[in-house]
Amino acid sequence: MSGETHEAVHRHPAPTGFVWKYIFSLDHKVIGIQYITLALAAVLVGMTMSVLMRMNLSWPGTNWPILGTLFPGGAPGGMMTPEFYLSLVTMHGTIMVFFVLTTAPQGGFGNYFLPIQIGAEDMAFPVLNMLSFWVTFVGFIVILSAIFFSGADSTVGPIGGWTGYAPLSALGQIAGPGQGMGMNLWIISIAIFCVGSLLGALNFITTLLNMRTRGMSLMRMPLTCWAWFTTAVLALLSFPVLLGGGILLLLDRLAGTSFFIPGGLYVSGILSGTNPNFPAHTGGSPILWQHLFWFFGHPEVYIAILPGMGATSHILATFARKPVFGYRAMVFAIFAIGLLGFFVWGHHMFISGMSPYSAMTFSILTLSIGVPSAVKTFNWLGTLWGGRIRFTTAMLFAIGFVSLFVAGGITGLVLGQTSLDLPMHDTYFVTAHFHLVMGVASIFGMFAATYFWFPKMFGRLMNESLGKFHFWITFIGVYCIFVPMHTMGIVGMPRRFAQFTEYEYLKTLHPLVVLVTVAAITTVLVQIVFYFNLFWSIFKGKRAGENPWDATTLEWTTASPPPHDNFAGHLPVVYRGPYEFAVPGAANDFVMQTEPEVTQQPVGSGRERTSGNGHDGHRR
Amino acid sequence: MGRALAVIIWILTLLSVSLFFIDKWWFPTAISSHAAALDRQFLITIIVVGIAFTAAQVGLGYMVWKYREDAARSRALYTHGSSKLEVIWTVVTAIIFIGLALMGQSVWASLRLNDAPPGSYQVEVVAQQFQWNFHYPGTDRVFGRTDPNLIDDSSLNFIGLDDADPYAKDDVVHSVLAIPAGRPVELMLRSKDVIHNIWVPQLRFKQDLVPGMVIRVHFTANTPGKYELACAELCGQLHFKMKSYLLVLPDDELGALTALPQDQFQTRMTELLAKYQLPTQNY
Amino acid sequence: MATTVTGAKPLTKKGKSLGGRPGFPGGNGDGSGKRNGNEGHFSQFESSADRYRIGMWIALAAILMMFTALTSAYIVRAASSTDWRPIAMPQILLLSTALIITSSGTIEVARRKLKAALEDSYNRWLFLTAALGVAFVVSQLLAWRKLVRQGVYVASNPHSSFFYLLTATHGVHLLGGLIALIYLLLRTRLTERHDQALAKQHAVTDAVTLYWHFMDGLWIYLFLLLFFWR
Repeated sequence: MSGETHEAVHRHPAPTGFVWKYIFSLDHKVIGIQYITLALAAVLVGMTMSVLMRMNLSWPGTNWPILGTLFPGGAPGGMMTPEFYLSLVTMHGTIMVFFVLTTAPQGGFGNYFLPIQIGAEDMAFPVLNMLSFWVTFVGFIVILSAIFFSGADSTVGPIGGWTGYAPLSALGQIAGPGQGMGMNLWIISIAIFCVGSLLGALNFITTLLNMRTRGMSLMRMPLTCWAWFTTAVLALLSFPVLLGGGILLLLDRLAGTSFFIPGGLYVSGILSGTNPNFPAHTGGSPILWQHLFWFFGHPEVYIAILPGMGATSHILATFARKPVFGYRAMVFAIFAIGLLGFFVWGHHMFISGMSPYSAMTFSILTLSIGVPSAVKTFNWLGTLWGGRIRFTTAMLFAIGFVSLFVAGGITGLVLGQTSLDLPMHDTYFVTAHFHLVMGVASIFGMFAATYFWFPKMFGRLMNESLGKFHFWITFIGVYCIFVPMHTMGIVGMPRRFAQFTEYEYLKTLHPLVVLVTVAAITTVLVQIVFYFNLFWSIFKGKRAGENPWDATTLEWTTASPPPHDNFAGHLPVVYRGPYEFAVPGAANDFVMQTEPEVTQQPVGSGRERTSGNGHDGHRR
Repeated sequence: MGRALAVIIWILTLLSVSLFFIDKWWFPTAISSHAAALDRQFLITIIVVGIAFTAAQVGLGYMVWKYREDAARSRALYTHGSSKLEVIWTVVTAIIFIGLALMGQSVWASLRLNDAPPGSYQVEVVAQQFQWNFHYPGTDRVFGRTDPNLIDDSSLNFIGLDDADPYAKDDVVHSVLAIPAGRPVELMLRSKDVIHNIWVPQLRFKQDLVPGMVIRVHFTANTPGKYELACAELCGQLHFKMKSYLLVLPDDELGALTALPQDQFQTRMTELLAKYQLPTQNY
Repeated sequence: MATTVTGAKPLTKKGKSLGGRPGFPGGNGDGSGKRNGNEGHFSQFESSADRYRIGMWIALAAILMMFTALTSAYIVRAASSTDWRPIAMPQILLLSTALIITSSGTIEVARRKLKAALEDSYNRWLFLTAALGVAFVVSQLLAWRKLVRQGVYVASNPHSSFFYLLTATHGVHLLGGLIALIYLLLRTRLTERHDQALAKQHAVTDAVTLYWHFMDGLWIYLFLLLFFWR
C-alpha cells in the first residue's frame, strides 16, 4: 500500500538463540510482550488478594483451610488475622498500581506500538529498554517476597496501604506487625520500580522526539502516541520525587535519621530514645512524606489512565469509521490533564493538618482538572456521533471505558471539595472513586487495546464470542462492585478496616458488602475466560492479515506480527493525519497514513457516493 | 449488539442512580451546626454529578443505539470536529466545576479559617495505637502539664500527665469523648505514635491526628446522644478496633460530670454511656 | 466536490496533493503537508546520533527533579523544627569544589579537541578529567572521614543527615559519569572509523560533557545549599 519508503538502518541485527531473542531481547516488541506478561502475572496476584479481602469482609471469622496452609502466620488455622488483611490491602494496592496499571499500558502497549506508530524501527535506546524491563522485573520479585518477610513473629507482609504513611511506615518493627523486613522490601521494591520507570520514560520521550519517520509531524501522530508521550513526561518528573522520598524513608528506618519521625514518640510502651530498638528521634515531619508521596501519587493516577484514554480514542475512531472528533482539543486535553496533574496533589491531604488556605487552592485546581476530562468525554461522544459503529470486542471495551471513566471520574467533583472531604475522606466513597477511574477504566482501556492489537502482535485474531462474553460480565460486574461502594462511603464506612463488625452504624450495610463480594468473585472468575482466550488464540486463533480492522495508522501497514525491524528495511513515509475514515469520495472508507496521492474527481459526485469499484472498505 | 449495549448502559445508569435514593443507605442524621450547610452542599453536588452522569451515559447509549453499522448509510459522517462546540463545552463545564469548588469552600472556611470562639469547651485528644485518650481540664479549665517522659502505659498515665503540676490535680483522662450540646467545642489533637484520624459520621467531621503536631479544630454539636467514634487513618494491626464513643450531653449533665474527680468520673461515665442509646436507625 | 483517494498507483496526476492542508482529507495535522516530521533523516547519521544529546537533556530533567524534591525536603525540615544544628563545613570541601570545577574545564577542552579531530589530545584531556573526577570522589570521602572522626554521623542531626544524603546521592551520580568517561576512553581504541561511528562518538561525547557540567553545577548548588543557605 505504501507509496514511498526510505531506507532504514537497523542498528542491531535480528538475534538468534532463545536467550537473546526472548529473554534479554533488545527488540521493543519482545520487551513490550514481556511487560504485558509481567502485568498479566501481577494482576492475577492482585486479584486473588482482592478476593481474599472481600471474603474476609463479608464473612469475618470463617475458616478457609487452604489459607491456613498457604499462610500459617497470616491465617492461623485458616482464619485471617487483621494484620494479614492489612498486608493484603497494602500488597494489592502496590502491585496493582505499580506492576499492573503502570507496566501494561505504558511499558507493555506503549513499548510495542509507539515505535511502530511513529514509523521507527525500534526504541531510541534498545539496551536501556531491556534494562528497564529487567529492573522492573526485579522490583516485582522483591515486592512478592515482601509478604513472606515481616519478622520472626508472623508471616505477614508490610502494612501501610499503598501510600505507606509515615511515621507508621518509618518506625520499624516497634510499630507492630507488618513494620519489619516486609516494609523495607516494600520501599526497596518501589525504589527499584522508580528506576525502571525512569529508564523507560527517558526512552519513550527520546524515541518520540527523535525517531518519527518522514512526514510524521507531531499533529499527525495517533492520539495513543500523545498519551504515551505525556505519560512518559509525567513519569519522568514524578518518579524521581518518589525515589527521593523512598530513600529518606529507608534512612529513617535503617539509619536512625528523623526526616519523617518527630520527637517524643511513645510507641508500644517504649519512649523514643530509651531503648536500643527505638533510637531517639527529633523534629521530623510526617506530613513531608505525604507531600513527597502525593506529588508523585497524583500524576501516577494519570500515568495509569492516559494510555487507556489514548487507546480508547484510537479504537473508537477505528470502529466508528470516523475521524476522531476534535483531534486538536484531544491533544490539548491530554496536556492539560498532565500539567494540572502536578498541581493538585494536596487534595489527598485536606485533613492532614496542612494549611487550610492551601487546601482551598488545591480544591479549585482539582476541580479544574475535570474540565479537560469532560472535554475528552464530549469528544468521544462526538466521535461516535454519526459513525457506523462496528461492535467488535475491542470497541465494546472502548465504549465501556468511556462509561466507566465518566462513572468514576465524576465523583471527583464531590471529593475535590474541601468541605465534602470532611465526611468523605478515607471512606469507601474514595475507594470506589479511584478504583473505577484509575483501576477499572484503565483496565478496560487495556482490554480494548488487547483485543484490538492482538492480531498485530500474534498474527491471529482473538475469539470474538468469548471476548464479548468476557465484556458483558465484566462490564456489569464492575458496576455492581464499585457503585455500591459509593453508598457505603456515604453511610461512613472507613477504608482499610479488617472487619466492620465493631460498629453498629455499619451493620445496615452488610447486604451491600456481600453483594460486592459476590460480584467481585464473579468478575474475577470471568477473567479466566480472558486468559484462556488470550493463550488459546496465540496458537489457534483465526489468522489475521496485515490490517484486519481496516485501520489507518502505521502499525497496520506492516506484517502481523511485524518483522524484527518493524518495516522490513523500508521505513514508511506519512502523508496525512491518523484518522482518515469516511473520506468523501475515497475508494475505501479509510485512508492509510501512508497513501501518497489524493486526487480530486470532477465536480458532481455525491458526498455519500460509494466508490465505483464496488467495495466500500470491507476487505474481509 | 449496539441496542443491547445501549440498553445495558441505561439499565446500569438507572440502577446506579436509584441506589442513591435509598434512605437507609444515606448519611446518618447530622448533629453538628455546620452539617446542614454541608449536607446541602453535598446534595447539590450529588445532583449535579447525577445529572452529568446520567446525561453522559444516556448520550453514550444513544450514540451506540443510533449509529450502529447499517446498510442504509455507506459512510460515516466525515468531520474533524467543531471548534465552536469545543469552546462551548469547555466554558460550560469550567463554570460548573469551578463554581462547585467555590461553593464547597464556605463550610470549610467557617470551620478552618478562624479560631474557636472564646469560651469554647476544650478537650485535649491524645491518640495512640488502638486507643483514644481524652484529657479534660477539670473545674479550673486549665490543662495540667504533660510530658512524653512521664508517659507510662503500664501505670495508666497514657498522656504523661505531670501530677506535680497543680493544674493537673483536677484533670481527668478518659477513653470517651464527652462534649456539651449546643456549645462550641475545641479539640486539641495530638498523637503519641502514628497518624490517626478522629471520625464521627454524625458530626460530618474528620481530622488527622499527627504526631509532633497539635492540631486545633472546633465545631458545635447540637443533639444530645451517644455516637460511635472511629479512627479513619490506617494506624496498624488493630486499626478497625480503635473505637470509642462521642457523648453529647446537656450542659448541666456535662458540668456535673466534669466536676468529678477521676474515679467518680469513671463511674458516672459508665452510667451515662448506659443511659444514652446509639441511634438505632439512620433516620 | 469530492475527492478520490488512490492507492499505490495513482490513476491521475492532475490533482494537487492535499497532503496536509487544513480542512481537507489529511488536514488533521499541522498543515505541514510536504514538510517532514524530522528533517534530520536526510543527514541520517547526525539525526540518529542526536538521540544521545536529547536523551541526556531528558535524563537531566529527571535528576534535577529528584534533587528538587530533596531540596524541598531540606527546606521544609529546616524550617519546621527546632533541632536543626548546621555542621561546620569540612575545609576539604573547598578542594572538592576546585577539583570538580577544573574537571568541568578539562572535559570541555576534550570535547573541542574531538571536534577538531585531534584524537590523541582528546584522549589525554578525557583521561585528565577522569583523574580529576576520581580525585573529587576521594576528597569527598575524606570529608566524610573527617566528620566521622568528629563524631558527626548520618543520624546525628537533620543537617548532617542531609549532608551525607546529598553528597552520597551526588557521588553516585558522579560515579555514573566516571563510568561514562571510561566508556569514552575505551571507545577511542575502537578501530571502526566510518561516519556512523564518528557521529555517535561526537554525540556521546557531547552528552557526557553535558552530564559532567551538570554534575559540576549540581555540586556547587548543593555546596551553597548545605553551607550558605539560611
